[in-house]
Amino acid sequence: MTRTLFEKIWDAHQAVAETKAAPGVLYIDLHLIHEVTSPQAFAAIEARGLAVRKPEKTFATLDHATPTTPRAPGAKPLYATAAAENQVRTLEDNCRRHAIRLAGWDSEDRGIVHVIGPELGLTQPGMTIVCGDSHTATHGAFGALAFGIGTTEVGHVLATQCLLQRKPKTMRVTVDGELRAGVSAKDLILAIIAELGAGGASGHVIEYAGTAIEALSMEERMTVCNMSIEAGARAGLIAPDEVTVDYLRGRKYAPKGAAFEAARKRWAQLKTDKDALFDAEVRIDGARVAPMVTWGDSPDMAAPVDSTPPRSSRPETERALAYIGFKPGEALLGERIDAVFVGSCTNARLSDLREAAAVMAGRHVKAGVRMLVVPGSEAVKRAAEAEGLDAIFTTAGAEWREPGCSMCIAMNGDSGKPGELVVSTSNRNFAGRQGKGVRTVLASPATAAASAVAGAIADPRRILEPSHAQ
Amino acid sequence: MLSEPIKTVKSRTFVLRDANIDTDQIIPARFLTTTGRDSLAEACFADWRYTEAGNPANHPLNTLDTGHSAILVAGDNFGCGSSREHAPWALKDFGFKAVVTSRAADIFKSNAWRNGLVVCEIDETSHAALLDRPGVEMEIDVEAETIRAGDIEARFTLEPFARTCLLEGVDPLGYILSKADQIAAHEARA
Repeated sequence: MTRTLFEKIWDAHQAVAETKAAPGVLYIDLHLIHEVTSPQAFAAIEARGLAVRKPEKTFATLDHATPTTPRAPGAKPLYATAAAENQVRTLEDNCRRHAIRLAGWDSEDRGIVHVIGPELGLTQPGMTIVCGDSHTATHGAFGALAFGIGTTEVGHVLATQCLLQRKPKTMRVTVDGELRAGVSAKDLILAIIAELGAGGASGHVIEYAGTAIEALSMEERMTVCNMSIEAGARAGLIAPDEVTVDYLRGRKYAPKGAAFEAARKRWAQLKTDKDALFDAEVRIDGARVAPMVTWGDSPDMAAPVDSTPPRSSRPETERALAYIGFKPGEALLGERIDAVFVGSCTNARLSDLREAAAVMAGRHVKAGVRMLVVPGSEAVKRAAEAEGLDAIFTTAGAEWREPGCSMCIAMNGDSGKPGELVVSTSNRNFAGRQGKGVRTVLASPATAAASAVAGAIADPRRILEPSHAQ
Repeated sequence: MLSEPIKTVKSRTFVLRDANIDTDQIIPARFLTTTGRDSLAEACFADWRYTEAGNPANHPLNTLDTGHSAILVAGDNFGCGSSREHAPWALKDFGFKAVVTSRAADIFKSNAWRNGLVVCEIDETSHAALLDRPGVEMEIDVEAETIRAGDIEARFTLEPFARTCLLEGVDPLGYILSKADQIAAHEARA
């Protein structure tokens, strides 16, 4: 019987098969945890006298509530609130008590959970990976089945290394054609979400396929898979190939030597069979994708940067435009902005910072605009500093911060002010997401950087390619 | 762990018409630094209920008595966005017992029933009718998987295990723990 990539991973992890009355018991290979969605889970299992079944299959980091303000090595972090500090302490205590590895304040591995999993080689093809975080699909870039769970389920994984799960439906999003110059993976996924709608992939696991997907680097694939949830998808994944293998070779927790070669052979089997059927198929022409920005308060409200918000009498559209303050039919380009955020599990990897730096080099952030650049991990920060990206950003007038989720979720003290318009490389433009009353425009690192320079929503192609200048 | 079996929910409805009400609206992220799951009522829809200065806003949620109106009828794709279980915790703590919508986001749905919040996904026609009739008296029958509100009747389908857990107060973690032998066998195979 022919099977999709998702079905192969699913079948291999059924500890107990699904029945009509009960979901299957799905075995979890890697459980990632952070300070925000885990404390109640530890409390729940401890209240029942349960131990962590496989501490070595859980890995913890500090990212969501942690300050990103510059900090001297060994200095105490300056938390925004006592509650945030208590939450971090609680995770440190829980990890100590249950012998769980923690990339904590003193670790050179610390960073955003979805940045460090791949970086450390914890994330591997064919795995089931979960985390109490909806952007867990990021790890699907490696051909893993990775999805977000609630805190009760975090407790289930801690206690049993398993989850009760019904088999989701499958959707294939095929992107053929070549992405044009100045168009990034972020633009592609925003275009895909605009096509599918915010709930369009509900109940489905998406497999991204096609020549445009195959041509992406691992970091670009992560950006695509990361935002699967913004179309409502349970997960998103991409079949592993030589790009995947090359990325993983030599990573800290990846198999080594003969074990790596054996793993590589197994990974080569992880692809959708030729005639396998999907519950839904969507096709996108990669050559038609333009740099995208959002114009509303939902990630599917996205349009080419050189276009306008739609004219529509739908209540959602009217509400969104009232919130964001844009007018249908009026150019998005040139909308004046207050701040720019480059960071998040979507776009805070080295290639993202390079993309932004290429625009910033020799230019300056517009007077009156604040720009925050927040690397995704300690490793990204070190690598960026080694090649002088931090200097490019600070010379341009941007702030270079410590790793963390920062203004993506704005619960660590990094946020905009009410009414401010922020161009952000993060994943959600929900009302108030970056602070109460803050208006968010999602964009690629290049578009964010170009906008910082212009002090307004800008098209990065006009800076990077003279032929686009007007 | 579910506290007690839920067979029916009878109450008046309260309507939030918007589609795509995300979990950042249900509970803004700044409230997520808690290590508990209680006392989240104040955080529920906080950005809608309070002004930037922190004073109560002119929003119907501020005068709602969930003692009489505990069924939230909401627009399509309710609960989209983050996986935060704080969303159903906050809705429950605020006093809601059920959410009726045309479609709820996957992770929200999964988090909701585990906390005894009944989520009913119904057909678009009935949904549209309910959006237009706020405050109507409704009865949700979890066992029969039906809702009735005046002359509006609709069916919903719960995931069978979730339905059993709601009806009988079954504890899902206890269920997985009962499969320990098969889990160990899987680990030995892998």
